[in-house]
Amino acid sequence: MNHATIEKSIPLMAILTLLVVAIGGLVEIVPLFYLKSTVVKVDGMRPYTPLELKGRDIYLREGCYNCHSQMIRPFRDEAQRYGHYSLAAESMYDHPFQWGSKRTGPDLARVGGKYSSLWHQAHMRRPQDVAPESVMPRYPWLEENELNFADVGSRMEALAKVGVPYTSDQIAHAVDDLKAQAVFQSDNATLRQRYGERIAFDDFDGHPEKITELDALIAYMQMLGTLVDFSTPQPETH
Amino acid sequence: MITQRVGTEQYDYDVVKMFTIMSVIYGIVGFLIGVIIALELAFPELNGGIEYISFGRLRPLHTSAVIFAFGGSVLFATSYYVVQRTCKARLFSDFLSRLTFWGWNLVIVGAVVTYPLGLTQGKEYAETIWPIDLLITVVWVAYFINFVGTLAKRKERHIYVANWFYLAFIITVAMLHIVNNLAIPVNLTDSYSIYPGVQDAMIQWWYGHNAVGFFLTAAFLGLMYYFVPKQAERPVYSYRLSIVHFWALVFLYIWAGPHHLHYTALPDWASTLGATFSIMLLLPSWGGMINGIMTLSGAWDKLRTDPILRFFIISLSFYGMSTFEGPMMSIKSVNALSHYTDWTIGHVHSGALGWVAMVSFGAIYHLVPKLWGTTTWSVRLINVHFWLATIGIVIYIVSMWISGVMQGLMWRAYDHYGNLTYSFAETVGAMHPYYVFRAVGGIIFLVGALLMAFNVVKTIGNKTVSSVRVG
Repeated sequence: MNHATIEKSIPLMAILTLLVVAIGGLVEIVPLFYLKSTVVKVDGMRPYTPLELKGRDIYLREGCYNCHSQMIRPFRDEAQRYGHYSLAAESMYDHPFQWGSKRTGPDLARVGGKYSSLWHQAHMRRPQDVAPESVMPRYPWLEENELNFADVGSRMEALAKVGVPYTSDQIAHAVDDLKAQAVFQSDNATLRQRYGERIAFDDFDGHPEKITELDALIAYMQMLGTLVDFSTPQPETH
Repeated sequence: MITQRVGTEQYDYDVVKMFTIMSVIYGIVGFLIGVIIALELAFPELNGGIEYISFGRLRPLHTSAVIFAFGGSVLFATSYYVVQRTCKARLFSDFLSRLTFWGWNLVIVGAVVTYPLGLTQGKEYAETIWPIDLLITVVWVAYFINFVGTLAKRKERHIYVANWFYLAFIITVAMLHIVNNLAIPVNLTDSYSIYPGVQDAMIQWWYGHNAVGFFLTAAFLGLMYYFVPKQAERPVYSYRLSIVHFWALVFLYIWAGPHHLHYTALPDWASTLGATFSIMLLLPSWGGMINGIMTLSGAWDKLRTDPILRFFIISLSFYGMSTFEGPMMSIKSVNALSHYTDWTIGHVHSGALGWVAMVSFGAIYHLVPKLWGTTTWSVRLINVHFWLATIGIVIYIVSMWISGVMQGLMWRAYDHYGNLTYSFAETVGAMHPYYVFRAVGGIIFLVGALLMAFNVVKTIGNKTVSSVRVG
């Protein structure tokens, strides 16, 4: 076929262009939804607790992903600096993913448990107080703003629609579960029953009298990378 | 006088003028926010603890302002101009032209309001929340109909090569935007992407890299294919090359996304495919560069006297350089060093400032006197802008090269005892001087753009009209 034929026909030009640009995406994207090896299931993964979920929403709101990755690559230095390389399963409940593309600050994929909540409070108040070279801005509003958690159930419902396995029991008790984690030393037996034992409990923001946005954000960060147990060798699954 | 009257009836230049003015304004806004966030990285106290202007909220505003507000306005202006001129037909629908103008500006206003408030989807270059995404879709469909409708009215049998690129850009961006932004709303402002983790990452970078590939490359090549031959008053160097590199470019670009995800939890086969196609992409990219630059063959002397042509040629040179750098950075072993560092930021800006902004400035300087039927107020000032822009870019890129490579090497450095030599904080501290240099480069570039705005205003009001002939 002579190229002049294409140049004289809008439908031909448009349809051929669409076909040509569609191929790459189809080949690279579609198999990820059915190849079993894409996400190998690991023990320990669970959906976010209501408080962690609210914390993650704040992480997105503040645009943390602009400077922090959550994806450790399988290199010696990264293993030493950040821990075991990230597994696909570890972000299987992330909508959207937060792997990031830039490390102006360090990777956060396994920041959970690395620092105390007290450290995080000081860090969010003024990062340079704990890391003098830091170029991170201050986040003073997080400990001032009371957390709006009335909508957490509807957020979990929306996530359930896109495949996060929240049970109706978890959605129904979302607000109770959030308070059980956010209010220090409250009864959290039913929360642990619903989400398992790997949950961080602390006076996250240093303000026991109120539930703030900082509570949620620190609860989220203290969970990051702690769900999968890498201390025991994993059997090869494929 | 008759020529002008016929011209204004035959073509809709009003919408082109509107988009041209907005492109100058949005360019300055986008560069200014870029300078502000560059300074925030050099001096983190700069936001004064104010949430609305903290780096994390302003950075999406910078990227959206330069890509979609500035770049988008340039593309609307030039595509509407080029499609009319090359088809010898008025735009398909005055209503759709106005709809795209006001709709697109509403999208931008929406982004300007929502980002500082922290309303975001949390996906890079696709931060706009779902109601704005819907508006973008409506505007884009209107744009497609208006563009194709104009092509259908053409009085030339062949569709000119510039329009192939614009058409490919409109079609592909529609596909990318819709697929990447599919989400389940929670309320009027918030939503969750329907894709989880790995799949979301792949789709995001399929979108993200082709925002570069089609929004910032294919479409601007369309611009180049009209304005460079016009300004040089020479025909396109090779018709055959334009065919080959057009189809190769649109086919290959779409595969390149996974090079943003090397060594991540994305399956290796996908990242290898991404690297392979990224390397092959060098050929069609350079095809475009060669076709553009060689259009000057026989007219090289014009570079001595015409600063607009200088803008075009340096933009093509930066295009060639960054499309060499890109494939190189997509090689896994290079990417292992460059990924997550400022090298990527430098690479993006050699494309975005060096190629996209420079070719846009050339087009704006070419368009304004033609649209308003005046003569350029100051050619010398264009020349000053050219040098400021060039120097600013070079300072920017070089400081990011140094800081990026340095940071990558510091992260992986080991001492004699097998311990990591540097803490992360030390590597951040080492970046400081380069963050300052980068901001200086950005400020110089911004000053150039301000001179352009001044020159454009003076040109529009320039009463010493030597010729009212449009075109």
